[in-house]
Amino acid sequence: MPGPGHAHGHLPSSTSPVTSQLHFFNSVTDGGKQIPTYRVIDGAGQPLEGAVVPEIDEALARRIYENMVQLPILDDILYNLQRQGRIVFYMTAYGEEAAIIGSAAALAPDDEVLAQYRESGVLLWRGFGYDNIMNQCFGTYLDSCGMGKQMPVHYGSKELHYHTISSPLATQIPQAAGVGYALKRDPARRGKNCAVVYFGEGAASEGDFHAGMLLASTIPSPTLFIARNNGFAISTPSSEQYYGDGIAARGPGYGVHTIRVDGNDVLAVYSATKEARRLCIEEGRAVLVETMTYRVGHHSTSDDSFAYRPRKEVEDRKRLDNPIVRFRLFMESRGWWSKDEEAALTKRIKQDVMTAYKKAESLPKPELKEMFTEVYGGELPWNLKEQREELKKLVKKYGDSWEPWRNELKKHKGEGKDLLQ
Amino acid sequence: MIQQRSGRRWQSTEAHPAGGHLPSIATSTFLKPTPDVALRTPGLRYADQTGSDPTKEMVGRETRKMNMYQAVRDAIALSKDDTAVVFGEDVAFGGVFRCTMGLAEEFGRERVFNTPLTEQGIAGFGIGLASMGHTAIAEIQFADYIFPAFDQIVNEAAKFRFRSHGNFNVGKLTIRCPSMAVGHGGHYHSQSPEGFFMGAHGIKIVIPRSPIQAKGLLLSSIRDPNPVIFMEPKVLYRSSVEQVPMDDYEIELGKAETLTRGNDLTIVSWGTPVYHCETAMKMLSHPPPSLAPNVPASVRGAKIELIDLRTIMPWDVQTVAESVNRTGRLIVVHEAGRTGGVGAEIGAEIQKRCFLKLNAPVRLVTGWDTPVPMQYEKFYMPDPIRILDAVIETLNY
Repeated sequence: MPGPGHAHGHLPSSTSPVTSQLHFFNSVTDGGKQIPTYRVIDGAGQPLEGAVVPEIDEALARRIYENMVQLPILDDILYNLQRQGRIVFYMTAYGEEAAIIGSAAALAPDDEVLAQYRESGVLLWRGFGYDNIMNQCFGTYLDSCGMGKQMPVHYGSKELHYHTISSPLATQIPQAAGVGYALKRDPARRGKNCAVVYFGEGAASEGDFHAGMLLASTIPSPTLFIARNNGFAISTPSSEQYYGDGIAARGPGYGVHTIRVDGNDVLAVYSATKEARRLCIEEGRAVLVETMTYRVGHHSTSDDSFAYRPRKEVEDRKRLDNPIVRFRLFMESRGWWSKDEEAALTKRIKQDVMTAYKKAESLPKPELKEMFTEVYGGELPWNLKEQREELKKLVKKYGDSWEPWRNELKKHKGEGKDLLQ
Repeated sequence: MIQQRSGRRWQSTEAHPAGGHLPSIATSTFLKPTPDVALRTPGLRYADQTGSDPTKEMVGRETRKMNMYQAVRDAIALSKDDTAVVFGEDVAFGGVFRCTMGLAEEFGRERVFNTPLTEQGIAGFGIGLASMGHTAIAEIQFADYIFPAFDQIVNEAAKFRFRSHGNFNVGKLTIRCPSMAVGHGGHYHSQSPEGFFMGAHGIKIVIPRSPIQAKGLLLSSIRDPNPVIFMEPKVLYRSSVEQVPMDDYEIELGKAETLTRGNDLTIVSWGTPVYHCETAMKMLSHPPPSLAPNVPASVRGAKIELIDLRTIMPWDVQTVAESVNRTGRLIVVHEAGRTGGVGAEIGAEIQKRCFLKLNAPVRLVTGWDTPVPMQYEKFYMPDPIRILDAVIETLNY
């Protein structure tokens, strides 16, 4: 490369050309411009000039659309269940339907997913089903994710390659690098699968994001990083989260292939994720995708977002750039979707969700003895054995007379008798 | 193989550490100087063992003189598992304490590799590997630097199995870290953070006292179905030397070992201070002239039971309680500061179990509640004189 510095060679610890020019820079793109946002279809569902619409047949398009549509319906019902006090907590994914389903559709069904908490759409895409959702949120004895041990929305499924969600933010990011490395070392999965890690732009401020990106690039590991930049971390706008060019600008700093995508354009997300996944597996290295969205809903049921952002701003975003509407317009323009189908679909989803909810609500909580299981693998240590005995004695003594326990025992399968045996 | 001559203590062929050998380690009777004694180490379970009687399994087995870092290296190499990977800061060239010498050459850089300098990353990476069923042997360069990984260990590794009700687990994760004082380590090369992890339910914590112990306990830790933090007392890496069986053997976790039998007082310790306890016991029965006035003749014949706890969590309450019920007196010795330390936990549990048998208050001989101080270390550590004093006071209570 010609230039004033080239003649001076470079230092032994780097290949950076030595230059005589005193010059600071502050962008990863030429001329200080921001990283562009990749988009395929516009607000009317029409391909952008020069855009290549990904190869997608009607069946796949319908599957993507139906999966997107189910999210707000499921969210509406569970959100209201929380408002009525029937479940203790919930988090919606309003506004991020395209980012979640578009990426899920581009993955292999057995790619290992490590998510934050707003990505249950990936699980549903893989066939998790509403019963599992409801059993986890209600913490019933049929909760396949964690036997009622975690808060609602902390889903997980070994069969569906979706690692169980935990609340501490960003902890899954360096773990994903390890998962990617394990896939690379496994002859049966090398070159076939990658680890996929989802996180919000707020979580990307954690040290674990730095560690994860660093590890997956330095110890080459097929790990696909998908940042959901929805503008808010609870009340903190992204302007208070970082001063640089979003999350994407950090990728090149770690030597990681990076792309920024319009997260409300499901075709752009699908297309970018598909290519990112191919690169990731082919090169056996980290790839970063930043999806730009807007968190339309509150952070969680414990949050009223109108305390820190105007209601009108949210309403405007919902109306002007709705990822589901955008894709529906695309579908209609292809003759793949109609109003009748829309009505039938929403009706069916509502019915299925309501059926699952009613079933789960009537189910008891797990047996009380489960509280002490799976702390350790192998034999239960003495301290836990003794503490289980201690609780057993106490339940025997006060289970009928201490009202909070008496009421609660009735909700558990076996009403605590399993522990007393 | 050089056989040891009996009747004479041998010396390590390794260079002396900067802090010098501790006299208590150099002369310890707890180290096994001959193959015969080494092979008869209690609690060894050979991987190829067929019967239940280990003494019958000794025939034809070999030993080799090793210090603790060599025994650690031997254990890692023996893990016999294609999924096993070893990683951490500077492990590829052999490690700053030589525990991974030659492993990268033997097993390849795909299985033995350096990580960037990020402890939270090392722990998280290991959790990811282990969650996929791979054996992850991670190294944190000093136990003092495990705290950036505290979140990954306490919130993630420890709770992984429980929170998914066993759908996922990281049982194949072992985190090794050099710990305890070295004579000149100051604040950040001396700490004993085992107490901090005692409340991380789902984790096991193991601390060996010698090469034989290190190898057997590390192999057990690597194969245990739970995440294990394995803390290696770094002053013992070179100073503790013994004949170590060459075969693949394990020492069961969760089991303490009674090193000396006695009926008058129980001392529980682990890691380096085990040797200080041994020295204190010698000083009690045969006080040097300078200390003789402080050691009443009435206590010199006291029979002391010394227990090496080995596993800090879950600790062997049965062995300790059985001992204290017999002796009526307990002293816990550890290097970490007192408040919130492991000794407090042991003291409370033993007080509960042995209340009617206790003839004296449970006594803790520990580091003080200060950071480990550079130039004051001799006055900070639970050294033999402090242990001796506690023994005399407890016996005379």
